[in-house]
Amino acid sequence: MRLTVLKPGLLVTVQDLGRFGYGKYGVITSGAMDKESHRIANWLVGNPEEAAALEITWSGFSLRMEEDGWIAVTGGDLSPRIGDTPVPMWRPVYVRRDSVLTFQQVRSGCRAYLAVSGGLNVPKVMDSRSTYLRAGIGGWEGRPLHAGDRLSAYPSRLLNRSVDRSTITGAFYAPRWSVLPGKIPASGQEVTVRAMPGRQYEDFDEVSRHAFFHQPFKIRPESDRMGYRLAGPDLGLTLPKEYVSEAVALGTVQVPADGQPIILMADRQTLGGYPKIAQIASVDIPLTTQLQPGGTLRFKEITLREAECLRDERERELSIIRAMIQRKIEEV
Amino acid sequence: MSNSYSMHPLGDAAVLVQLGDGISDAVHQRVVDFTQRVERNPFRGFIECVPSFTTVSIYYDPLTVQKPDDSNSTFDVVCSLLQERFKADEEDGNPLSIQDVVDIPVCYGGDYGPDLEIVAEHNGITADEVIRLHSGQDYLVYAIGFAPGFPYIGGVPERIAAPRKPTPRPRIPAGSVGIAGTQTGIYPIETPGGWQIIGRTPLALFRPDRQPPTLLQGGQYIRFRPIDRAEYDRLREVKLCD
Repeated sequence: MRLTVLKPGLLVTVQDLGRFGYGKYGVITSGAMDKESHRIANWLVGNPEEAAALEITWSGFSLRMEEDGWIAVTGGDLSPRIGDTPVPMWRPVYVRRDSVLTFQQVRSGCRAYLAVSGGLNVPKVMDSRSTYLRAGIGGWEGRPLHAGDRLSAYPSRLLNRSVDRSTITGAFYAPRWSVLPGKIPASGQEVTVRAMPGRQYEDFDEVSRHAFFHQPFKIRPESDRMGYRLAGPDLGLTLPKEYVSEAVALGTVQVPADGQPIILMADRQTLGGYPKIAQIASVDIPLTTQLQPGGTLRFKEITLREAECLRDERERELSIIRAMIQRKIEEV
Repeated sequence: MSNSYSMHPLGDAAVLVQLGDGISDAVHQRVVDFTQRVERNPFRGFIECVPSFTTVSIYYDPLTVQKPDDSNSTFDVVCSLLQERFKADEEDGNPLSIQDVVDIPVCYGGDYGPDLEIVAEHNGITADEVIRLHSGQDYLVYAIGFAPGFPYIGGVPERIAAPRKPTPRPRIPAGSVGIAGTQTGIYPIETPGGWQIIGRTPLALFRPDRQPPTLLQGGQYIRFRPIDRAEYDRLREVKLCD
C-alpha cells in the first residue's frame, strides 16, 4: 500500500506505541496519544499492535490511496469519508486505488488513528517509529506530514488477500462487523477522569486538594501532545517550596506556580520540577487524550489498587476484542 | 550516609525510589549505583529507569510483571523485587568505576556567547575571569533530562552565578553553553530557553544514530575547555566529517 498526502491538516504524525529505554538520556517516550485506539486500528488490519500508523489531530487532512488495500480508522470521529460516503470506523475497510480519504469535521474526540495493512514503512530511530517532533527525528522525517509526502506500508502479512473488485459496489468494501468504540467523548460532553493523589498531594493546601477533586476544569486551547493545560480553581501549596526535579509519568498532573494544572501526555519531558497533585489512572488515559480543547473535565479520586484492577480488567477486555478480531479477519 | 530509601507509586505503572533528600555527590552516587543494579538485573516487566538528583523512577508493564497470586498489588510486587536488588546492593557494594572527565571545548563570547558580558557585569568581574572560573573546575553531571542529552549540572562558582533572562529567547542554537543561577548546562538541540548563554561547543550532545544516543550520561564528570573560533570551526568540521 502506498499513500500520498493531499492536505496536511492541523497535525498528522507517524506514531507507534512509543520509544522506551532512552528516558535516562532525556529522550522522551512519544508514541500514539490514544494507545488503545492505535492498537485496535492495527489489530483490525492484521498488524502487530506496535506497527506505525497515522495519528490525525483535528480536521483538514486528506490523502490518496495509490493502491488497493485494507485500512482501519479508530479513535475520535473526524468524519472520515471517501468521496461523499462516510467510512465506517472500528472495522477493516478495503479501499480501491485512487480513493481519496478526507477528515473534515470533528464529531467526537480529537485524534483519529489510521492503520494500513502491513504498517507504515518508516525507519526505526532508537527502537521506535514514533515522531519526536522537537528533536526532529523518527516517524516521517521527524516532522508532521506535508502535502505531497508519499508514504508506503510494508507488505501485509495477514490481510494479504485482495477483494474481488466486482464485489465492491460502492466506494469501498467493509465487512458488516465492527468492534465497539473505545470511550470517546462527544463534543461538549463533560468527562470524568479517575485519578490518584500524586506524590506532593499533601503539600497542597486543604482548599486546593478539595477543589481538585470536586470542581470542573476547562481544557485550554494551548494543549498539545506534550501536555493538556487546564483552567480552573487556583491550586496552591500550603508553603511555597522548590522541588528537586524528578521523573514524571504519562498522566502525571503537575501544578506550576500559576496554580493551573497540566496533565502530562505522550510528548512530556522526562524530568519535571513542579509538584505533582495527582496521577491519572492508566485506564482513563485514552479518554483523556481524546478531550477537546474548550471541553470540561472533572477528576474523581480512586486508590492505586482500584486503578490497578481497572487497568487489568480493561486489558482483559482488550485481549478478548483482539482475539475476536483475529478470528473475524481470517474470514474476511 | 544513610542507607535508607523509600518507594512511592508514580501512577499504576511506575515506582519512584527516593534515595536521599538533598543534592549531593553522595546521594548521586547511590542513584547511579541503584540504577545500574536494576538495569543489570531487570525483573520481568521492567521497561526502564530514569534517574534524577535524589530519585530513580522505574517504569514497568503491569501486565508482564509476575504476581505470585491475584490478590497482590502489582506495585507491591515491584517494590519487593526492587528491595531484593537493594539487598544485593548492600552486600555487594562495588564502587563505581572512575570515569574519565569528558572534555567539552567551548568557544566563549562573541556571537556564540552573547550573554558573557552580562554575566561578567552582573558579578563585577571581567569576561576573561568568567571564562577562567567556568572552565576552571570539573562538574558532575547529576542527570540528563529536559531535552535529549541536556546535562543537569550544579556547583557553578557563586562569582559567576547569574539569574535567568527576564524573557526567554525563542531559539537557542544547539551547543549553546548557559548559566542559570549556580547551574550550567549545554543545549543539545535548538529550543527556547532563558539561560544566560556564554559560549558554544562544536560537539554534538545528541546523536540519535549512535549508542548511547547522547554524549553525556548521568554520573560523568565534565570540564569546559576554552577554544578560539578557528579551533571551533576545525572541530566542527571534524565532527561533521566523522
